[in-house]
Amino acid sequence: MSNIDIPSQRSGTVTGKAETSAPSWLAVKWQVIKAHKHSYILMSPYLLLFAVFTVLPVIMSIVISFTYFNMLEFPRFIGWQNYSRLFLEDDVFLIAIKNTILFAVITGPLSYIACFVFAWIINDLRPKMRAFMTLIFYAPSISGNVYFLWQMIFSGDRYGIANGFLIKMGVILDPILWLKDEKYIMPIIILVQLWLSLGTGFLAFIAGLQTVDKTLYEAGAVDGVKNRWQELWFITLPSMKPQLMFGAVIQITASLAIADVSIYLAGFPSVNYAAETIVTHLIDFGTIRFEMGYASAIATVLFLLMLGSNLAVQRLLRKVGN
Amino acid sequence: MKMALSLRKKRVNRSFSGTFWMSVFLALVASFMALPLVYAINAAFKPLDEIFLFPPTLFVRNPTTSNFIDLMTLLGQSWVPFSRYIFNTFFITGMGVLGHVLLASAAAYPLAKHKFPGSKLIFTVVVLSLMFTPQVTAIPNYMVMSWIGLIDTYWAVIVPAFAFSLGLYLMKQFMEQIPDALLESAKIDGANEYRIFWQIVMPNVKPAWLTLVILLFQMLWGTDGNGFIYSEQLKTLHYASNQIIFGGIARAGVGSAVALILMSVPIALFIFSQSRIIETMTTSGMKD
Repeated sequence: MSNIDIPSQRSGTVTGKAETSAPSWLAVKWQVIKAHKHSYILMSPYLLLFAVFTVLPVIMSIVISFTYFNMLEFPRFIGWQNYSRLFLEDDVFLIAIKNTILFAVITGPLSYIACFVFAWIINDLRPKMRAFMTLIFYAPSISGNVYFLWQMIFSGDRYGIANGFLIKMGVILDPILWLKDEKYIMPIIILVQLWLSLGTGFLAFIAGLQTVDKTLYEAGAVDGVKNRWQELWFITLPSMKPQLMFGAVIQITASLAIADVSIYLAGFPSVNYAAETIVTHLIDFGTIRFEMGYASAIATVLFLLMLGSNLAVQRLLRKVGN
Repeated sequence: MKMALSLRKKRVNRSFSGTFWMSVFLALVASFMALPLVYAINAAFKPLDEIFLFPPTLFVRNPTTSNFIDLMTLLGQSWVPFSRYIFNTFFITGMGVLGHVLLASAAAYPLAKHKFPGSKLIFTVVVLSLMFTPQVTAIPNYMVMSWIGLIDTYWAVIVPAFAFSLGLYLMKQFMEQIPDALLESAKIDGANEYRIFWQIVMPNVKPAWLTLVILLFQMLWGTDGNGFIYSEQLKTLHYASNQIIFGGIARAGVGSAVALILMSVPIALFIFSQSRIIETMTTSGMKD
């Protein structure tokens, strides 16, 4: 172990001061790398695949976004044209951006808060009940792509549960074409997305709540924490920062990438593009029109949007409890 | 275990009315969450005359297995035998899960326990990649696949799953909890890195395997291979089920039967592994 520990400590200081004379720096670096060759070997299969299937595609996507590319001819460099067309000429893309941001602003924070609130309530239950409730809340997101169930519920005829119920109650007289009416499409997709959204973040919160030091609560009670809300604000939330960060990343990414639910429920394309999102727009140009350069520009915009909102939210969350 | 016991102890700062209203709230939302699943389970056992009953009922009155029998008949007539779809899905899911657990663990061990040039950068890139979805890279991914010659094989779905970044992230966090003393003593006894990884680290992260297994299982089970797999005999259960579900009104009941079959497998897996998964997420702690 010792022959590995010593160079590893040195590596930290060396990377910090990269300006030192080049040859010796290189030599030291090489020494360190050689000492860790087993680490590199262990990591190589994963890293190779990760580079080929994740890093390379992201770089390619950015490069292709500056070209005209139809998969048949060699890509032709056209500069910023795809981007200017995207923002200045493509009306549907503006609808898609509007819808995506609307989805993200509503489902993102709501599902994030729901994940936390339900994890928090469930955590107070007795173990058997807790396991059961965890299953109920986690089941929708785990059970595969079963959102077509909602298609039966919001079926446009009177045999659909929603229509049947409302007609029987006397609220409406004729069945509503839920998924073909621009007015209802967005709220329904938001509802289904919320139903689906208690996934990995939810599990992480449940786990996180169990790691909070129990003695902190006792100490808090002594120091005058009066009710569970104060307990939540002063003790639980600050203790769970890492999980809150992790959950935010997962939730933001999911809420910006809504596509499957929209395609399955509202159709593709949806009525008057009422349910178009950035990702469905991307799928449209990428797999139907084969305008790969243009589709890549959409992907790049989405990528920047995800990165930006993640970094912003992380900065915000770092302030919790400070 | 210790945690479960301490939770049973009643906590201070709890008012009765607060607990009551929160339970009501929880019950309401829980029934909303469960509604579509309950509906699907009941619809799968409904005879045709009950499916088209007005007003529609949530619960089945005269349960029948005819939907499942119809499903079997229907699939018996399809061009590719149904067993082939089942095999495809299990093969893709099984290989993907196995490969991911092995490769992600092997990569997580040095990241968690050794500091070497590039380790920070590698981990940062992996965390960054958590921040975008596969759709962003779908097009270049297709091109890479076709260069390598993986299009229209199982591997087009399986191989990228090996390098799923969430798994590496969780595994690395979990491995950081393994005491250094354990690894050092193995080193003193003369074990090399590979042996330490295989005989010391791997047995110690068994609960974390389950988390990776369930995450990957969930992802691969729901995949239809769309865009990468074209041959009918290579397509997945999910693809076949979509064809059945969107096949028309006469198959409404059969569609529910398929939905029930599709969702029961991952749910059963989760029930089986729930406590272990929470335990992993607890210990992996997602520390900064």
